[in-house]
Amino acid sequence: MLSLDVEKRLGDFFISVRFESAGGVTALFGASGAGKTTLVNMIAGLITPDRGRITLDGAALFESSAGINVPVHRRGIGYVFQEGRLFPHLTVAGNLDYGRRMRALPRDPVETGRIVHLLDIGHLVDRRPGKLSGGERQRVAVGRALLMRPRLLLLDEPLASLDETRKREILPYFEKLRDEARVPMVYVSHNAGELARLATSVVWLDGGRVAGVGGVELLAAAREKETV
Amino acid sequence: MIELSPDEWVAVRLSLRIALVATIVALPFGLAVAWLLARKHFYGKALLDGLIHLPLVLPPVVTGYLLLISFGRRGPIGAFLADYFGLVFSFRWTGAALACGVMGFPLLVRPLRLAIEAIDRKLEDAAATLGADRLWVFLSVTLPLAFPGLIAGMVLCFAKALGEFGATITFVSNIPGETQTISAAIYTFTQTPGGDAAAGRLVLVAILISLAALIAAEWLARRAGMRFHGE
Repeated sequence: MLSLDVEKRLGDFFISVRFESAGGVTALFGASGAGKTTLVNMIAGLITPDRGRITLDGAALFESSAGINVPVHRRGIGYVFQEGRLFPHLTVAGNLDYGRRMRALPRDPVETGRIVHLLDIGHLVDRRPGKLSGGERQRVAVGRALLMRPRLLLLDEPLASLDETRKREILPYFEKLRDEARVPMVYVSHNAGELARLATSVVWLDGGRVAGVGGVELLAAAREKETV
Repeated sequence: MIELSPDEWVAVRLSLRIALVATIVALPFGLAVAWLLARKHFYGKALLDGLIHLPLVLPPVVTGYLLLISFGRRGPIGAFLADYFGLVFSFRWTGAALACGVMGFPLLVRPLRLAIEAIDRKLEDAAATLGADRLWVFLSVTLPLAFPGLIAGMVLCFAKALGEFGATITFVSNIPGETQTISAAIYTFTQTPGGDAAAGRLVLVAILISLAALIAAEWLARRAGMRFHGE
């Protein structure tokens, strides 16, 4: 359970957001500039809010009144970035194993095998990221984030850098992930079609504020409003 | 093959030792300074940058003299280090290594700093989300990605240390077997009647060492580059 109530001023832009998510895939939906990435960066700990609190499963990650701000590396939150951000100097296997090594977790070949199979990246493990296609790169990035055994997985426009064919190729993996990985996810996108297939609940952001919270039916309403 | 006399061998070995020690001891300081200059904004940054580059533009004799009055037996730093750590620089090979390290330092820092500046900081953020604390981010992401710069900096520093003359001879003089490096030996031979042959042999050795260092550096940097861009 993720609960969040934060404020942050960035120049002229003011973000004031409050929502709770029970699990499954929470879609953070909104036009570019709505504050979606800023918000997930606050959850990850890469950006510090001015005020408010963020709790995950009852424990505070950030609480301005109590002076709590858990550093990024101790939050245990997986993050899949728009551009993958794989480490170019490590092989795919090295990238996948990085989080486990840094968190000093024991090896778990069964879980590793399951995720590698789920994402269909077994044939890539000896390659370097420079030799992967965009779609392969994003699948490895998802695998890397999952193999750190996160309490929560953040995905920031993970398909935005891919063309339509690649997107169609990857979406089924994300559906499998939702159904099999048992990790709650926050999925950021401005693409309503993509979210309609994946989301269990939707938080609609507009101009740094929550414009609506609900199910996937909200996506249609938001789309209508945007086209008007 | 070139046949070196025992005295010439001493100068060659001493030069290599001084240049290696200077480069290796300068490395951790160089890394720290390069990282600070690349990543941090602080009061006096421009001054630090200037001080580090000073040996590059000052006459080497001036740098040597400044080392003499601060690190010499009666210099404030030299006296302190000698009294408390037994570390003596004046007229010792250690002093030559210090002079070479100071002279090579800007050449070590510059490529390292550029390499660190060129690293995409988003990769370091990604490493942090995966559980790496600051030190591990540096060791497992920043340092390997800056490796080509590290090699370039070390080779430049080593080459500078090998060829250093002015600061070394001013600070620790030209004592055979203790502070007489290849450069100083060549200078001495050229000032001695009939020393041309010996000077020529040492010149050849200097060329060979420098060439070997350059080739090794090129090879290492190429290997690192290949690792990033392919299999």
